[in-house]
Amino acid sequence: MRSTLKFAVPLAVAALALGACGTKGGDTPAAGGSGGAAACQNFKIGMFGALTGPNANLGIYIQNGVNLALDDYNKKHADCKVTLENYDSQGDPTQAPALAKKAIDDKKVVGIVGPAFSGESKAADPAFNEAGLVTITPSATATKLSSNGWKTFFRALGNDDTQGPAAAKYIKDTVKSTKTFVIDDASEYGKGLADTVRKDLGSQVVGNDTIQQKQTDFSASVTKVTSSGADALFFGGYSPEAAPLIKQLRDGGWKGTFVVADGVKDQSFIDNAKDAAEGTIITCPCVPADVAPDFQKAYKAKYNEDPNTYSGEGYDAATILLDGIAAGKDRKTMLDFVKSYDKKGVTKQLKFDDKGESADIKVFAYKVEGGKIVGSGEIK
Amino acid sequence: MQNLIDNFFSYTITGLTIGAVYALVALGYTLVYGVLRLINFAHSEVFMYGTFGALWVVMLLGGKPGGSVGQVIFWVVMMFVAAMAMSGLIAVILERVAYRPLRKRNAPPLIALISAIGASFVLAELMGLRSRVAGWVGLDDTLREYVRNSRNNAGLPSIISPQPIFSVGGYNVTNVDLIVIIGAIAIMVVLDQFVKRSRLGRGIRAVAMDPEAAALMGVNRDRVIQVTFLVGGVMAGAAAVFYMLKIGITRYDAGFILGVKAFTAAVLGGIGNLRGALLGGFILGLAENYGSAVVGSQWKDVVAFVLLVLILLVRPTGLLGESLGKARA
Repeated sequence: MRSTLKFAVPLAVAALALGACGTKGGDTPAAGGSGGAAACQNFKIGMFGALTGPNANLGIYIQNGVNLALDDYNKKHADCKVTLENYDSQGDPTQAPALAKKAIDDKKVVGIVGPAFSGESKAADPAFNEAGLVTITPSATATKLSSNGWKTFFRALGNDDTQGPAAAKYIKDTVKSTKTFVIDDASEYGKGLADTVRKDLGSQVVGNDTIQQKQTDFSASVTKVTSSGADALFFGGYSPEAAPLIKQLRDGGWKGTFVVADGVKDQSFIDNAKDAAEGTIITCPCVPADVAPDFQKAYKAKYNEDPNTYSGEGYDAATILLDGIAAGKDRKTMLDFVKSYDKKGVTKQLKFDDKGESADIKVFAYKVEGGKIVGSGEIK
Repeated sequence: MQNLIDNFFSYTITGLTIGAVYALVALGYTLVYGVLRLINFAHSEVFMYGTFGALWVVMLLGGKPGGSVGQVIFWVVMMFVAAMAMSGLIAVILERVAYRPLRKRNAPPLIALISAIGASFVLAELMGLRSRVAGWVGLDDTLREYVRNSRNNAGLPSIISPQPIFSVGGYNVTNVDLIVIIGAIAIMVVLDQFVKRSRLGRGIRAVAMDPEAAALMGVNRDRVIQVTFLVGGVMAGAAAVFYMLKIGITRYDAGFILGVKAFTAAVLGGIGNLRGALLGGFILGLAENYGSAVVGSQWKDVVAFVLLVLILLVRPTGLLGESLGKARA
């Protein structure tokens, strides 16, 4: 006991001294420590998502955006830097709860960017909610996530309920399809999207089919699509199936427009489907790089490539948390700060409704042209 | 049902093309079963390596759409050479590493089965980790195009653009369909004759009938087994080329489902029976397509396996039901 005291007294003195040195004490609430004013708390923000494994690309695109936001912050606050703590889930929902606990136990972590995918969000968010640790996901789009009553859940982009109708609208108004075929991959994501499109298009849907993930031979689907006389096809699913599907459709002589959603917005789709991918329409609630030129320039300077899917959303999510830290919020007070946040980010006006959904949602259309995914405007 | 009747020929011909691939892979299962009474569960990986052999040689030669006729023929021939060499080599290594040491120690068949499954995982994961394997030997820069995104799909440039040749009942039969179906049947006729007439083929049949008697008659059993694996691998290589021409995309785990289907085809036709493998492959390909047409594509595998169960209930030895040894000339 005596030895503890021996250390505790000088420590308390040191803390007081440090607190007195702090330059901008004024408006921050006392953290209950001995300092009284705000000393540097060495706060961290967490990045939760796939950083290794088969889906690592998406996580890394987000992480790049987050790191850019951190650089901006740390340049301005060189005396008290915020660091990034990575929680690499590999996109696997079974790993998510343990990682969530790790983040919660680290008291320095005041907010999480992520979880990146819908499956891992479902697994980890209940724990975050219980601990009152704010999460802002830049990429998980499953609609149901926001209806669980999780107070700490925020989504910095549109969900599948906005993307599906936008895809249907695009097929009707821009592609001007009169006969549309709809295929889904039976996944939570793909079927949900395809069902929304089916509902919205109504009687112009001339045929339906369901395939399986990991399927490679689509000859039966090809026959169904070509024999239906469809001039457009919507596929709800991911790029590993979209690539062989469109390739075999083109080989089978089908000439219509192929429309897919953000699960296919991935360069590997084009690398594999090659020429067959040309002209494919991809809808995505993610903002094209050229909407925010300054962000695009800064990103390119740091990573030597254009911002990719959800990089801007990652930047925005991190910026909200960092603004909170700058305003002297800690884990507990961060929640209200994010709730009442209302500022323009690089992707959109950052403001959340009662359920934690973005108030300002845009869905964009992209097109595959010359082996690249290029923006082709907002779907209004 | 109406859809199936309206597009009967379309479903039939595309079903036959994928059936031809099943049949060629099924031959590998059947041949090995014939001589060793053992299901070589790593055969699916032998096939998968063939698809990569075919893909890589086209990348190496700079194959792209719109080549001249001479170029296209050259590319396709090189695909066969590369895929058959790759698959044949993997099959022989497999026999050497995973089976021969067990056979020398007279291990029970169950152990060989486990060894096969283990070998299957090792081969698939090696392909899935090929970017790191290349990194270890310091070739990741040279081989970048070949090893990048090693867990993702890898696509073949469409070196043959499918052109309709003639029309059957409203379905335009394309050049690719014809190449696959005719090519597969031709290869199987050659194999059938090889097993029937050549010296090595006689050896294979002898070992299949009675390994000990064959050994007493001076047949080198180890050599025959090695040749059997090689022939099965070469067939899988040919299947891999047809698969790449038709599907065009492969992945490190592409062998798994196809392997299960091909094994089903072999059992359906009568395992150990070469002609049974051919018949089983085609029937399975057709059944899957008809099933997809009638009850939806998501039931494709269910239809295939229900058919298998029904046929085995009636004919437990498969449709043609003979073993390799009895299939005399």
